[in-house]
Amino acid sequence: MKKSLVYSVGLSAYLLFSTAVHAEDFILTLKNNQFFPKVLTIPAGQKIKITVKNQDATPAEFESSDLNREKVVAANSEIIIFIGPLDAGTYGYFDDFHRDTTTGTIIAK
Amino acid sequence: MLATLIIVFREVIEAGLVIGIVLAATRGVPRRSLWVGGGVVGGAAGACLVAAFADAIAKTMAGAGQELFNASVMAIAVLMLTGHNVWMAREGRHIAQEMKLLGNEVVAGQRSLAALAVVVSVAVLREGSEIVLFLYGIALSAGTTTISMFIGGAIGVAVGGIVSAAMYHGLMRIPTRHLFAVTSWLIALLAAGMASQATVFLQQAGLVTVLSHVVWDTSEVLSDGSLPGKALHTLVGYADRPTGIQLLVYSATLVSIFTLMRWFGQPISGRSQSISLVRQPD
Repeated sequence: MKKSLVYSVGLSAYLLFSTAVHAEDFILTLKNNQFFPKVLTIPAGQKIKITVKNQDATPAEFESSDLNREKVVAANSEIIIFIGPLDAGTYGYFDDFHRDTTTGTIIAK
Repeated sequence: MLATLIIVFREVIEAGLVIGIVLAATRGVPRRSLWVGGGVVGGAAGACLVAAFADAIAKTMAGAGQELFNASVMAIAVLMLTGHNVWMAREGRHIAQEMKLLGNEVVAGQRSLAALAVVVSVAVLREGSEIVLFLYGIALSAGTTTISMFIGGAIGVAVGGIVSAAMYHGLMRIPTRHLFAVTSWLIALLAAGMASQATVFLQQAGLVTVLSHVVWDTSEVLSDGSLPGKALHTLVGYADRPTGIQLLVYSATLVSIFTLMRWFGQPISGRSQSISLVRQPD
């Protein structure tokens, strides 16, 4: 009973994702505490879906003050995050657990 | 060690500011240390659980589990903060009618405390789970000894605690007859900020898509990433680039709280209601 409820909520969430959000896909990979690509160019003015893949053995937190986003990425795991629509410009992001060394930039144009 | 110190400090201060407001709002209420302390302990235990199951939480709900979890606990905190302000207003009226029955006074205080203890748990749980994950990562990676990690963490907790305590003592300098009017506002703003942040999590998960354009940008003046920006973010929900839906939710929360307070409270001035609730130390 409880399980079916969880499944149905999950399914509706999935349907909501696949129908309501038409977002362009981008991938950021985290390896050896570095993001790749370091500069990600995305189109301005539309909803974007970013998959952050953490290939390190330590957890990370994808965070951006510029984008007001934060999400924990467990070790050897991946998460999805929606951003935008953004005005053209440059937006910084970082791994909150290595905020000085593990950084990157998103350019919307 | 420095990295540990800084991140622990940042997270501690976020939770500490919330605790400071709760302590100020419950000044003089019997057994408040027990409730607030219980909230901290419960939150810390929850933080470890959340950190341990971070990956599992993230993978549920078609990848939106983390956001839904965060948005839910913050929504609970908003309800508890609203409840506190409304109970204060309502019990204030009853007490005025029933000529200050001591029993009522205590019941109202304890009920409010239970609500605020939940808020403290939520704040500690959210910030604490990040600390746990961060320390876990440090412990796994080479280059840092466990001892220097603990020293950094301990100093971070201490400095964060001192700053939060300073804010609390600043609030305590406000004369008692004004204090509760001030804390009502602080609690309402705290709730509105949390509601706005819960909305951001739903946007991040792609579940809320309306009014998602940024309305203004004050990042040049005060960035969300700076320490003052982050403190204001925690306290009053400051955002340097708020979206339309955030502003809507923020205003709607404030209006709802004050409407409910007026509805359940009485039209006399707020401070005399609030003060009657609290037994001052002799």
